[in-house]
Amino acid sequence: MAPTVPSPAKSASPSQPSGKSEVADLKQQLRHLAGSRAPDADDQRRDVFKRVISCMTAGIDVSAAFGEMVLCSATSDVVLKKMCYLYVGVHARNHPDLALLTINFLQRDCRDQDPTIRGLALRSLCSLRVPNLVEYLVTPLATGLKDPNVYVRMIAAVGAAKLYHISATACLDADLPAALKALMLSDPDAQVVANCLHALQEIWTLEASNSEAAAREIETLYSKPVVFYFLNKIKEFSEWAQCLVLELASKFLPSDNNEIFDIMNLLEDRLQHANGAVVLATIKVFLHLTMSMTDVHQQVYERIKAPLLTLVGAGSPEQSYSVLCHLHLLVMRAPMLFSSDYKSFYCQFSDPSYVKKLKLEMLTAIANESNTYEIVTELCEYAGNVDVPIARESIRAVGKIALQQYDVNAIVDRLLQFLEMDKDYVTAETLVLVKDLLRKYPQWSHDCIAVVGNISSKNIQEPKGKAALIWMLGEYSQDMHDAPYILESLVENWEEEHSPEVRLHLLTAVMKCFFKRPPETQMALGATLAAGLSDTHQDVHDRALFYYRLLQYDPAVAECVVNPPKQAVSVFADTQSTEIKDRIFDEFNSLTVVYQKPSYMFTDKEHRGPFEYSEDLTNLTVGAEATENVISAQRYQENDNDLLLSTSDKEDNGTATNNGSSASSYNAPSDLIGPPLLSSQTPSETLLINPGGPTNSLQSNFSLDDLLGLGAPEAPAAPPAPALTLNSKPVLDPGTFQKKWGQLALSLSQECSLSLQGAASLMNPQSLIRHMQSNFIQCIASGGQPPNYKFFFYAQKDGATVFFLVECIINTASAKAQVKIKADDGTAADAFSALFQSALSKFGLS
Amino acid sequence: MISQFFVLSQRGDHIVFRDYRGEVPKGSAEIFFRKVKFWNDDEAEEAPPVFNVDGVNYIHVKVAGLFFVVTTMVNVSPSLLLELLQRIARVTKDYLGVLNEDSLRKNFILVYELLDEVIDFGYPQTTSTEALKSYIFNEPIMVDAGRLPPLGPAAMFMQGTKRMPGTAVTKSVVATELGGKKREEIFVDIIERISVTFSSSGYILTSEIDGTIQMKSYLTGNPEIRLALNEDLSIGRTGSSTYDYRSSSGGGTVILDDCNFHESVQLDSFDIDRTLHLIPPDGEFAVMNYRITQEFKPPFHVTVLIEEAGPSRAEVLLKIRADFSANVTANTIVVQMPVPSYTMRASFELEAGAIGQTTDFKEGSRRLEWSLKKIVGGSEHTLRAKLTFSQESHGNLTKEAGPVNMNFTIPMYNTSKLQVRYLQIAKKSKTYNPYRWVRYVTQANSYVARL
Repeated sequence: MAPTVPSPAKSASPSQPSGKSEVADLKQQLRHLAGSRAPDADDQRRDVFKRVISCMTAGIDVSAAFGEMVLCSATSDVVLKKMCYLYVGVHARNHPDLALLTINFLQRDCRDQDPTIRGLALRSLCSLRVPNLVEYLVTPLATGLKDPNVYVRMIAAVGAAKLYHISATACLDADLPAALKALMLSDPDAQVVANCLHALQEIWTLEASNSEAAAREIETLYSKPVVFYFLNKIKEFSEWAQCLVLELASKFLPSDNNEIFDIMNLLEDRLQHANGAVVLATIKVFLHLTMSMTDVHQQVYERIKAPLLTLVGAGSPEQSYSVLCHLHLLVMRAPMLFSSDYKSFYCQFSDPSYVKKLKLEMLTAIANESNTYEIVTELCEYAGNVDVPIARESIRAVGKIALQQYDVNAIVDRLLQFLEMDKDYVTAETLVLVKDLLRKYPQWSHDCIAVVGNISSKNIQEPKGKAALIWMLGEYSQDMHDAPYILESLVENWEEEHSPEVRLHLLTAVMKCFFKRPPETQMALGATLAAGLSDTHQDVHDRALFYYRLLQYDPAVAECVVNPPKQAVSVFADTQSTEIKDRIFDEFNSLTVVYQKPSYMFTDKEHRGPFEYSEDLTNLTVGAEATENVISAQRYQENDNDLLLSTSDKEDNGTATNNGSSASSYNAPSDLIGPPLLSSQTPSETLLINPGGPTNSLQSNFSLDDLLGLGAPEAPAAPPAPALTLNSKPVLDPGTFQKKWGQLALSLSQECSLSLQGAASLMNPQSLIRHMQSNFIQCIASGGQPPNYKFFFYAQKDGATVFFLVECIINTASAKAQVKIKADDGTAADAFSALFQSALSKFGLS
Repeated sequence: MISQFFVLSQRGDHIVFRDYRGEVPKGSAEIFFRKVKFWNDDEAEEAPPVFNVDGVNYIHVKVAGLFFVVTTMVNVSPSLLLELLQRIARVTKDYLGVLNEDSLRKNFILVYELLDEVIDFGYPQTTSTEALKSYIFNEPIMVDAGRLPPLGPAAMFMQGTKRMPGTAVTKSVVATELGGKKREEIFVDIIERISVTFSSSGYILTSEIDGTIQMKSYLTGNPEIRLALNEDLSIGRTGSSTYDYRSSSGGGTVILDDCNFHESVQLDSFDIDRTLHLIPPDGEFAVMNYRITQEFKPPFHVTVLIEEAGPSRAEVLLKIRADFSANVTANTIVVQMPVPSYTMRASFELEAGAIGQTTDFKEGSRRLEWSLKKIVGGSEHTLRAKLTFSQESHGNLTKEAGPVNMNFTIPMYNTSKLQVRYLQIAKKSKTYNPYRWVRYVTQANSYVARL
């Protein structure tokens, strides 16, 4: 979209609408004014400067006027100065040579008598972002940090961080971090102190990957003296700086319970702050401090409920949304603690839909024996709502509550009432739910089928609803008198059915119906398979072909595959793993909570944290990718029919040539692989084909990945591990790794050797990373150049939360490795070390 | 760490644009605007205030029809940024007097001055209107507030009672009035937003008051202020259920579920005498926010009836009764009722002698709209509507229509009975007697009657 020049510019010069001519005009006027000593010259300059900045704001390129702007900058008028600083700050980076022209007057201003001028000039000087001007920055900065005026010191502290970004070496060589640290611990002004902390955190975090000294400095920031120094003067800080201090405190590890209670008593009144950010930051401190004290932790939940609810009610919708996201997280973690507050989560007329969605999820989570009736009654009110997306969500919420087993009886009745409402989307959503319910409670089939049987498939347009109805027709064809004929009429309209999902379901449903009522369905089956075989959609075609061949091979086998006896689903798989949930909780009071995914999934590597220390290695966080697969399982859901189909084909080939066990794997009961998701997933009969492979069947998502070749590479023969087995997909993010590495004591340190082949084949870190990964040891960071490589690995004990962290420095020339191991449970370190060394020594041998 | 801050107009024009760290790729404002404009277009959903596009996090609030946006590359506290955005909007309003597109465009250089001081290299610095004064060198250019639609909760006083000085809420904290003298005055507004849901049989399902004591001070020299609230005010509801209505039978006491306070408030004697001590900073701020779920008497009683009247017709009867005293008048009342989607036409019949009432059938959203300029306490108003359907209605009309939603503002009325007993200003001299305005207002947040 073309930027328009804001009106001030227009009013100033109506004849010059925009673009190049405007800039040329401005340049000329500036040149004219540069030397002017007219009494009103400053006023005129102000007008022209205003227009320049107005153009700049609108996105017009006014960099051509750089030289003229600088010429006009020699003035004592502060308003003009500030406009000029603003302009120069934006454009200097693209005009490094011209930027040099500004240095002079900025440096002079840095020595001005007026502290405001000194501060402004110093800020602008540091904001130029021109690397070859760094030399001019260091002295004013160092002086600024010692300036008698608070304003200048405040700006100088942030300026040090700016300098670090332009030239890290210049900043470090001038020893600015040390100066900042001294200032942080001594300055009487709270904002100066806060800015020093900001700057130091930024500098040392970035520096930590290069230097151990910086890593140690970070640790001292989280040490008791520093944290208590900040906490004791917390009320002197502005509310924004209080958030910074509280965030620091949330990383502090208290040594005993008294420290914990001291901090909590000190911060208690922060929970009454009108600023939601302060309250949330305080809550984070409370939650993290009390993690190991179950009782107190629960009391914290009780304590923070009221302040959170008040914040939700105060403020703008946006502010309450953020608070509500955090409340949502807490509700999901401890639904019982909120079960009596259910009315607080009723949707209000004025709530935006993003708020309503959160509230519906919370209502679903806190439903229990005592409140289900009220909650479901309320949700049913929303189902008729004019806001269709919310109406849909409400129906789904009712269904989810039914699946939680509270008062199913009454809920089924209500769901069936939805079907009578005769609104397209209500019917469609309800059908999906009835289908899920039947998978869990087959005993309800009688009541449901009676109602569902009356629904004309012609009235349902939505693929998901239609697919659900067709599934029920196939599944319960023996109880529904008309089933074969309804299916037949659906097959007749095959061409008009646009959704491949529906056609896939139709194929399967007709097959099932055929096994139950062969004479009535035979015709329809023929038509279905013919239609399927000529279908243009690959998956539909393939499934039709697969069915056709199965039937040809042996109808009895076909029935075993397509229509085996089913077991009711007991628990629908959760969408998020516990690790992910814990990670989100660890990152309380951050964007993580709003997005409901850990930070490594949405932040760039360079902004993620300090841990990657080698820039040229792009895929360092192997561990992170592994978890990404877990989440992306959600994405797979959308077309898991397709995926599963192709999987089953693959598996079919594999087992046929493999060994004689193929027949038995076909009969695996259906719930071995739990249906992956409860939301609107259509059950796929192909799920029955369970690979009898080595993967753990409980981790359905993982086994799915493995089948698809997306997960870890094939595990070699189990390592000759003594008693210790490792989790095949541990999850640990760099931040936690670093924290743990800092906290844990060294369990083991030794030298071991690589095979010569291994050393020779270690041309780049990736090969070893892959090798270790196949031994369930994940790499979190690596780097180095031949012959020296450095790796950080981690592994997790299977079925326990015990992590092993390894630093491994390999010299390929000597084929030696220095291994340092830290473990959550030191007693297991020896066993792990043996495992690690055995894995390492096998590298390059296969 | 904030990367950029910008304000966009409703059409997506940049009004101010400030890049603090130079790390977000170009075009972020356009990416943001497109995303917000076309968020989930099919379902007409609103974009959430926080979202991520290609690794850039966009956080925004809507104020006065404008988008206030920050971008960041790191995982920061969303509440911090949202609070900061609101605060920037409020500080800007303090300086400009009125916050809207026009005033921002006229004063964009002043806004840049503010932004320079409020955020440095992405770190929030000071947001105190007062502290910022020494760094702001531009004079605000005033826009005519009269022509502008009222904005913000305090703006409602402009249209309501005549007792208030009309320009008060739109006065800049730095501008001097004609004659060069500042008028010494302070405004204390008790603003309550109420949410009530009536069941189809007319009893109250849920009710809540979200209240704010808002202050706007134009006092020079920052004298200390004592703000005394109801003596019998109690905080924190006991008992297992927060919705325990029994406790309210007495009627006199005000029970807050919970409340929070502005930084400047000293609570030393609050537990004893329910008095807040504070040295109010310049500009507008919330002294205290509170939440009440104690039962209260809703100001309006709403009854709805929808009945079939022939094969493809129906009749709607809407009745509102104002349950407050006759010396109070509610204004800008709007009653909305969704009707069945197959409604083609609606004809209305207002009561005899109705003035200042309008009716409308919004075809696009299928709802009836009834607006009343004002309602005097104790009065009752009725609307009849005849609906014509394009098809025969099947089954239950009450499931196809409603719920009725009502919007209103009642100046000089507060639902909770929370009172400011007195507002005391520390005297500087015998002649010092600033103007004090204590104003009450009740607004509908979500006022819903089900069918």
